Amino acid sequence: MKLTIDQIRGLFPVLHQEVHGKPLVYFDNAATTQKPKAVLDKLRSYYEMDNSNIHRGAHTLADRATREYELVRETVREFIGARESAEVIFTKGTTEGINLVAQTFGRKFIGKGDEIIISTLEHHSNIVPWQMLCEEKGAVLKIIPITESGEIIFEEFEQLLSSKTKLVSIIHASNALGTINPVKKIIDAAHAFGAKVLLDGAQSTSHLDIDVLDLDCDFMAFSAHKLYGPTGLGILYGKREILEEMPPFLGGGEMIKEVSFEKTTYNDIPFKFEAGTPNIADVIAFKPALDFITDLGKPSIKAHEDELLSYANELLLPIKGFEPIGTAKEKVSVLSFNITGMHPFDVGQMLDARGIAVRTGHHCTQPLMKRFGIEGTVRASFSVYNSKSEIENLAEGVARIAKIKNK
Amino acid sequence: MSIEGVQEEIVGEFEILGDDRESTIFYIMELGGNLEEFPESERKDENIIKGCQSKVWLTAEENDGKIHYLADSNTDITKGLISLLIRVLNHRKPEEIIHAELNFIDRIGMGNIIGSQRSNGLASMIKQMKLYAIAFQTKLNA
Repeated sequence: MKLTIDQIRGLFPVLHQEVHGKPLVYFDNAATTQKPKAVLDKLRSYYEMDNSNIHRGAHTLADRATREYELVRETVREFIGARESAEVIFTKGTTEGINLVAQTFGRKFIGKGDEIIISTLEHHSNIVPWQMLCEEKGAVLKIIPITESGEIIFEEFEQLLSSKTKLVSIIHASNALGTINPVKKIIDAAHAFGAKVLLDGAQSTSHLDIDVLDLDCDFMAFSAHKLYGPTGLGILYGKREILEEMPPFLGGGEMIKEVSFEKTTYNDIPFKFEAGTPNIADVIAFKPALDFITDLGKPSIKAHEDELLSYANELLLPIKGFEPIGTAKEKVSVLSFNITGMHPFDVGQMLDARGIAVRTGHHCTQPLMKRFGIEGTVRASFSVYNSKSEIENLAEGVARIAKIKNK
Repeated sequence: MSIEGVQEEIVGEFEILGDDRESTIFYIMELGGNLEEFPESERKDENIIKGCQSKVWLTAEENDGKIHYLADSNTDITKGLISLLIRVLNHRKPEEIIHAELNFIDRIGMGNIIGSQRSNGLASMIKQMKLYAIAFQTKLNA
């Protein structure tokens, strides 16, 4: 479906407001994307018409809610190209998905002296769970270094791989720099050593076509709220044969087959990993978000975002004092930068005064910031509803701010 | 000039800037340039004010019963904010500082200009300046 930028913007109520008397320019999409009206409508209609607990109720509302809930699992399956919907587990978000794998797969299959490989680009949520596991198990965390442009050094990764490697957990697209990692190559190389691979898809799933079968990743974790969907909802994809071998994550209702005080048997996947009443409303409201993406088509979303990124580079690079951080060849629409002599927090606040929302700071990637010898960056991240005139507004703002210290 | 007088002056300056937030922030940053040179040797952890998102160093000395503050920050907006506090509170008796009501912050609408994170930081700066005043007051009365 081809829509004009104005038509797309028309679907997002939040965009049509002023901030400090200026039209809102929302460039914090890597933190969370805005929600189309269809998502908001679905949330409301679910609570107004269908609200009930799923899977166990013997009444019409419970039946309707269950059907809608499971339909979304199937929609997600299709969205990522998984073999079956049982391989789609609903979580709270990417962070929970990674922790789930660490606490179940990790605790069962990773032991003393085993190695886990991550990269310098990782978000804290793909560092800390592995540090916790390594500490508990006496396993070792290995880090793939990166180049000055913010790309992992593949040869160094190959050097790190060995028969001790049990897991490679890697960010698909960097939240701080935008770098797209060559994950297919990484997965193939890891598999050659019998290691499993987890992809942190928080930043990639809204921009890139995802086919987990083609990628052959063993796990992929991502968040609904970065895909135009509700907050507090994530997806963990895992291959059936691995998920079946994994012990449950949380204990409680839903995840059991039979409970007696002597012994409990566990439910089949995916329910084994979904203890308690799930986030039913947000799951159901996630479907219109996925439909929105599918209707527009990821290639046309990516093409629009790429155009915005290259326009931003064109306008910003010549500004005196503008320092881009992360200049990988393959990037999602993230522009991280600093202004010579200025603190990112000040730049962010001054852009906010123009109605422009950006992120400033370390972006939960302190080791990555340390690699570049900086405290943080200003990050503008573009989405399907952003326009070229908004980029021009950003460039004007940055030029004005940069002039203070770079005459 | 009295604490009240300096506050009136500041409120007047911000009134001239009107509602233009960008100019207001630029102005605050410019004010940071008024800070006295902060000695490198004092840029140490024990002088960092806790509770600020940006780094703020603050020292205080007593001379003839009056307090002399020195401060610095790693961000320009914060430098501007602390320069306003110093302008109001510097070279005053501890007692005056302890009882000072810094109403200019609300009157300017500073909370709205700098946002909640920095407002918390500003409150921490004021608290630390007053704590110094209490400490010197105790010393002077001993």
